[in-house]
Amino acid sequence: MNSIVQYFKDIINGAGSLLKGMRVTNRYFFSPGKIVTQKYPDNRKDLVMFERFKGEVIMPHNEKNEHRCTGCGICEISCPNGTIEIISRTITTEDGKKKRIIDKHIYRLGMCTFCALCVKSCPFNALAFSQDFEHAVFNRAKLIKVLNRPGSQLMKGVE
Amino acid sequence: MQLIAFLNVLTTSEPWWRVFYDFSTLTKSIDEWLRSSMSSFWTVTIEMLLIGVLFLLFYAVIGLFLVYAERKVCAFIQNRLGPNRIGPYGIFQTVADLVKLLFKELIPIKNADGFLFNLAPYIVIIVNFMLLGAIPFAKGLHAIDFNIGIFYVIAVSSMSVIGVLLAGWSSNSKYSLIGAMRSGAMIVSYELSIGLAIITMVILAGSMQLSQIIEAQRTGWFIFKGHIPAMIAFLIYIISGTAETNRGPFDLAEAESELTAGYHTEYSGIRFAFFYLAEFMNMFIVASIAATIFLGGWMPFHVGSWESFNRVMDFIPPFFWYIGKTFFVIYLIMLFKWTFPRLRIDQLLTLEWKYLLPINLLNVLIMSFLVLMGWHF
Repeated sequence: MNSIVQYFKDIINGAGSLLKGMRVTNRYFFSPGKIVTQKYPDNRKDLVMFERFKGEVIMPHNEKNEHRCTGCGICEISCPNGTIEIISRTITTEDGKKKRIIDKHIYRLGMCTFCALCVKSCPFNALAFSQDFEHAVFNRAKLIKVLNRPGSQLMKGVE
Repeated sequence: MQLIAFLNVLTTSEPWWRVFYDFSTLTKSIDEWLRSSMSSFWTVTIEMLLIGVLFLLFYAVIGLFLVYAERKVCAFIQNRLGPNRIGPYGIFQTVADLVKLLFKELIPIKNADGFLFNLAPYIVIIVNFMLLGAIPFAKGLHAIDFNIGIFYVIAVSSMSVIGVLLAGWSSNSKYSLIGAMRSGAMIVSYELSIGLAIITMVILAGSMQLSQIIEAQRTGWFIFKGHIPAMIAFLIYIISGTAETNRGPFDLAEAESELTAGYHTEYSGIRFAFFYLAEFMNMFIVASIAATIFLGGWMPFHVGSWESFNRVMDFIPPFFWYIGKTFFVIYLIMLFKWTFPRLRIDQLLTLEWKYLLPINLLNVLIMSFLVLMGWHF
């Protein structure tokens, strides 16, 4: 007897939950709300990527052309596929201290898997991701980028 | 001479647009005109050719439209746009797809059974055409009106599984074979439900001729006339019809995640397109039969004694009633696919043998009792 009651209960519960699901999809069909499809090449001018999108690694500079990279090389070590290469030299400051500054922070976009290990491991927050994703170029050499701008300096108070 | 007479019949006797309400005068005058100018053998041949060409056109147009509709329905349910590149709102997308498939190479499969491999898609397509012939599209627009039309539909629709099984067996691939076997197991069980659900309605209609079934719904559609048992039969028919067309949530014959593409894994080019179109046309046919036996076919919506209301409803041509009802059922079936997760094979068989079949048998009993006591409207 109990099993017969259970049988009909199963049918009614099942039908109820199926109807619930169909109500949701039916509502979406008639009023889809926010359409998530981006008509990409058409809306190229006003396309806004979301904040955590990993476009390519950049080194943010402030308006005085200063960056936060000390040339410690942690990003170079943590990169799993050797994308980053840091060319640094040692200089002597006015007060006689030896200090390392970067010549070139080389970033090979063609080898990057956008794993974000360099950005996360940087102790000085010198690296970031840009939202630019149109990476196609005609020459592979153009994928090798120097992240620090010419004539840029280390920001004061980073170390 | 006869042509002029035929045109006269069309244009003078009645307003010409009356033809959209009753196609039988048009078809009869074409038949008389042909018979008066040639022997009866050639008349029948030409009529068959005409109907064949019309069905081919209808098949292509409806098949392509359904593929497009499916993609759009799926897209809207998932907050996407769907095809939107070719033509306004992407309506020519499926035409472009078809042209692409026509140009693609038909890859011969090593170790496949060549003859059966090539035959399989045609069996599926031929079954579709045989079913289309039995469907009443509008008043007088009905290729063959058998007196056992319903039996014909049940019998022929179960033949399409032969095409599926042949495709699976002959392509010499484990994915195809498993897909085809699942399809076979599914159709064997769900044929039973679909047949019993139809028989429930045949009891109410008292006839198996599709035109008479529609005529019996002049005062009200069967789903309202037969109230509770008719509604249960409608639900069972929709569920088992979805299963029979191998559509989600019963699409485990072609479960993409498990079997790549199921029984048509090895097919390419236009042969694949045949299977793909046939699947959609099967859905159309299942929906047509549902519209015919439950929702009144091309019969307008009539409410008992509301004369003026019935007149207004009569004003809409029967063909649009038929298409509207069919697309309503198609929308329901599409909603199933994009709402429910796929069933496992044992869940599928449990649903059929433990739930649908006992309820169905009981339903047939209730319906016979109802008809016996005259408790329907």
